[in-house]
Amino acid sequence: MKYLDEYRDQAACQEYARAITRITTRSWTIMEICGGQTHSIVKYGIDELLPDKIILVHGPGCPVCVTPLELIEKAIEIAERPEVIFCSFGDMLRVPGSTKDLLSVKASGGDVRIVYSPLDALKVARDNPDKEVVFFAVGFETTAPANAMAVFQAKQQDIKNFSILVSHVLVPPAIEAILSAEDNLVQGFLAAGHVCAVMGYTEYEPLAKKYNVPIVVTGFEPLDILQGIYMTVKQLEEGRVAVENQYSRAVKREGNDPAKNLITEIFEVVPRKWRGVGEIPLSGLGLREAYRAFDAELRFGLSGKSVEEPAECISGTILRGLKKPFECPVFGTVCTPEHPLGATMVSSEGACAAYYRYRRIQNQVKS
Amino acid sequence: MCLAIPGKIMEIIDNDPIMRTGKVSFGGIVKDINLAYVPEAGVDDYVIVHAGFAISQLDEKEANEVFGYLKEIGAIEELLEP
Ligand code: SF4
Repeated sequence: MKYLDEYRDQAACQEYARAITRITTRSWTIMEICGGQTHSIVKYGIDELLPDKIILVHGPGCPVCVTPLELIEKAIEIAERPEVIFCSFGDMLRVPGSTKDLLSVKASGGDVRIVYSPLDALKVARDNPDKEVVFFAVGFETTAPANAMAVFQAKQQDIKNFSILVSHVLVPPAIEAILSAEDNLVQGFLAAGHVCAVMGYTEYEPLAKKYNVPIVVTGFEPLDILQGIYMTVKQLEEGRVAVENQYSRAVKREGNDPAKNLITEIFEVVPRKWRGVGEIPLSGLGLREAYRAFDAELRFGLSGKSVEEPAECISGTILRGLKKPFECPVFGTVCTPEHPLGATMVSSEGACAAYYRYRRIQNQVKS
Repeated sequence: MCLAIPGKIMEIIDNDPIMRTGKVSFGGIVKDINLAYVPEAGVDDYVIVHAGFAISQLDEKEANEVFGYLKEIGAIEELLEP
């Protein structure tokens, strides 16, 4: 397929790996922020092509993984109501709450539906005027244009039985939280290409400067990731710090203006809790005053609720790049994709799930 | 869930600025996709699609950058190697 296959070319990947080896003189720790990249890296074995000196750590860039437990609980509570049709992207259904997940709500008779787009949920609302239709609006900046448009159309078309449960998170504040921690190990970042396709990358420029870290906006195919790593290592080796754009075929410095405008019309920046990480100031999006009528938390009276997270899961340290999934004592034993304890095991973009799927057998052979 | 994939616009079926919708082909699988955020993209253009929305139009000229860059660094390294 055009724009996909050519970026998986093995010979070119090998050549990039060799180029990285040639310029690497010392050890560097680089974090890819996005779960889609984590998945590609582990699937295509990109980390294994690299010289040992380059350490890739996997960041918190999977919205499924960082959606806080209390929002899962709220989603379950809403989905259990008899008048509700609860719509969600498929990968949220198996994220464990404290006692159950959305899939078990569906199994016991709740009307829980998987949709591909929030516009599909809006259509469900139009087709079922006697039901309350709630969409689980989870995601990074990549998904915000879709959710903003669904709310905008709902208001324009006066669809009153539609609301969204918002758990929107933003990437730059998460990068800042990682970099400002005393135990931070990360020396360079691959920024998420599709987040930047929407938002552009001007927000990263002050961060790179303040924390003295190179940031390279990077795509998702193996060649993109290898070029992104090359560009990051090159900056580190030369002692330069800049924001560079590897993914220029899809990302412009200023991002997508019509999308940014609608996001700002509908949402405002708010503090958000990240599962496994805790609250990060100004790290998410919430509905603006003018659109609060579409806020499911308010509509169902759930806004005050807060839930503690279980202690056994170390996904918080994994999401901050301090540990790898293998270091979790229950990885692959008590915690598996069939019975996930933490959200990083649920989503295919979660680091634990990616390692389970592509690395478990190798690891057993090694140990 | 952040997965976004490239697809080719086959047809524009609604040109209202907000509802702008097109038929987009992903290697043969065709879906109706909202094109409001890529007002300049037309038939035969490639767009990156996420959750039913085109979020970016692919730039044909920049698309070969990955290979151009590889050639460039290869050539420079060869010059430097004795
Ligand atoms: S393996 Fe399971 S319990 Fe361990 S960190 Fe990953 S998700 Fe949490």
